[in-house]
This record gives sequence, structure tokens and C-alpha cells, in this order.
Amino acid sequence: MIGSIVILLSFQLAGEVIARGFGLPIPGPVIGLVLLVAALWLRPALEDTMRPLTSTLLGHLSLLFVPAGTGIVGNLDTVRDSGLALLVVLVVSTALAIVAGAWVFAVLARRFAPEDGR
Amino acid sequence: MSEIWSYLSRGELVWLTATLMAYLCGDWAFRASGRSPLVNPVLVAVLILSGVLMVTGTSYPTYFEGAQFVHFMLGPATVALALPLWAHHGRVARVLVPMGAALLVGSVVAMGSALALGWALGLPMDVLVSLAPKSATAPVAIGITEELGGLPNLTAVLVILTGIIGAIIVTPLLNGLGFTDYRARGFAVGVAAHGIGTARAFQVNEVAGTFSGIGMGLNAVLTAVLAPVVVRLFL
Repeated sequence: MIGSIVILLSFQLAGEVIARGFGLPIPGPVIGLVLLVAALWLRPALEDTMRPLTSTLLGHLSLLFVPAGTGIVGNLDTVRDSGLALLVVLVVSTALAIVAGAWVFAVLARRFAPEDGR
Repeated sequence: MSEIWSYLSRGELVWLTATLMAYLCGDWAFRASGRSPLVNPVLVAVLILSGVLMVTGTSYPTYFEGAQFVHFMLGPATVALALPLWAHHGRVARVLVPMGAALLVGSVVAMGSALALGWALGLPMDVLVSLAPKSATAPVAIGITEELGGLPNLTAVLVILTGIIGAIIVTPLLNGLGFTDYRARGFAVGVAAHGIGTARAFQVNEVAGTFSGIGMGLNAVLTAVLAPVVVRLFL
């Protein structure tokens, strides 16, 4: 378990170093993700080692957004002034983005790999 | 009693414990509802904690001192998405073209429709700028807002609300429209509603979750590139 934590943190660290070092607009953890995929390709045995930790972490991904979400108590002025308008904007634009993205993907995927989607 | 409270409420232990307890309540409520998307665990936990902070008169920075340990895990969790991605890499490699197209369309629609609608509803300029990167994952969106001169704290909240809204509406919305491809469903919600959408996608199906994680990662990058351009076009 500790070994898996060290691996995750090390790849995140490497990602941060690369992102800062090259001034990339890509977040460090995303670069870390790509590097870890490369490492899994080189050493597939890593998958079994890390599964227990990553399954737990991803199984409770929701938890990790709670602290940032609670920041709403620090923004009550904005909520009071423009809360309803903001809610309308967020609901409509998120719905549009989901439908547009899913539609483009589904239409094109039917041509490339129709059997994989179920 | 009040002395003990005034000591504890300034410390990290209380707010870390409260965060985990509120999440357990949210998770319990989600299960008790028969895993209804309407009972979103993040939403329930945020409502509980907001209530507690307001009743106890605790400021958000004080709360965050304790909650930061949970918040910190967002980074390692993002790296951890490498595992489902690796496990399904064959499926992923076959749909690179659909993914690229859906990413571009989803990202532009998310930003463009929010700015257009927000402008039409008369939202102030700094709020509009803070709204632009709302579909990207929290740390990235906050960085973008800082660069563009928006309000980072507000962006953090708008990002989380976007995620919660996406997680709540995605299943009924795409069921209603008859989308059955879990790759398309997962990818779209990852692009539009980042990690909370991804958490929802994993609740439904591992393939959906995997594609959602990819959508989230790719849109973090694309939003960082496109947001300055789109904001300048609009404002």
C-alpha cells in the first residue's frame, strides 16, 4: 500500500517538474497520468500491485471534491446577487456540452469501433 | 465546553473529521435512495458542511486548514486514472478520432454557451471570466481564472457546481435521448463535468468511467489552451 502511494506521488511529482520546467499549460497530475500509463506498458506487473489503492481512491473520487465545494460559504455574496442566473447558465451549458459531446462521439464511433460501446 | 470547542474548531482535526463524516452521510444517502443520480454524494456533503460552518460561524479558510488533506488527494487520484486507462487501452486506441472531435465540440460548447448565456443574463464581467473554465478540473480552472483576472474562489465553486449538475443530469438526459454507447456517455460527461462527472460515470459502468477520466484529462489541457482565446473573443 505504501509502495503504491509512493508510486502515485512520484509520478505526480515528475509531472509537476515537467509542467513547470517546460512551462506547459498541462496540469502536472495529467502528465503524471500519462507517464504512469507508459510505465504500465513497460511493466504490466505494476497493475496488480497498484490496483487495491487506485480502486479505493477512484471508488471515492466524490469525497475529494467536498472541500472545494464547501467554498460556496465563502461566496455567499455572489450567490445572493447572481445565484439564479448562474444556476441557469450552469445547467443549460452543462447539458448542451454533454449532449453535443456524446452525439459527436457516438456518431463517429459507429464508423470506427461500433462493438466496443456496451 | 465552549473552551474545548473554541480550541478544537481552530484545529485541523475537527474539520478533517467533519469532511469525512459529511461524505459518509452523502454516500449513505446515495445508497439509501437506491443509487439515484439526484442524491449526489458531493452535494449532500457540501450542504451539510456549509450548514455546520454557518451555524458555528467558522470561516472557510479555517475549515480548509483541516480539509486540505482531502483536497490534496485530487492530484494522486488523477494519476491513478492511469490504471483503468491502461486496462482499457485497446478500446481507447480504436476511437481516437471520435474522442478528438467530441473533445473539441464538448469543450467549445461548454465554454461558449456559458459565456453567451451569462452575458445575455447580464452577469458582471469578473463573474463571466470566472465562469469560462468551469468544465475543467478544479486546480486547472483556478489557474486559468487567475491568469485571466477572474475570481479564483468563485471559479472553484462554479467548477464543483458544474460537476454536481453534470453528474445529476447525465443519466436521465442521455437515457432520454437514447444514447447507449457507454464510451460516448462517459467521455461527454468527463469533458463537461470533470472529476465529479467521472465519479458518477464509475458508479454506472467501468468503461464509462474510464472514458470519462480521459475526457476530464484532455479537457483540462484543452481548456487551458482555449479559455484565453474564447474569453477574448467574447468580452
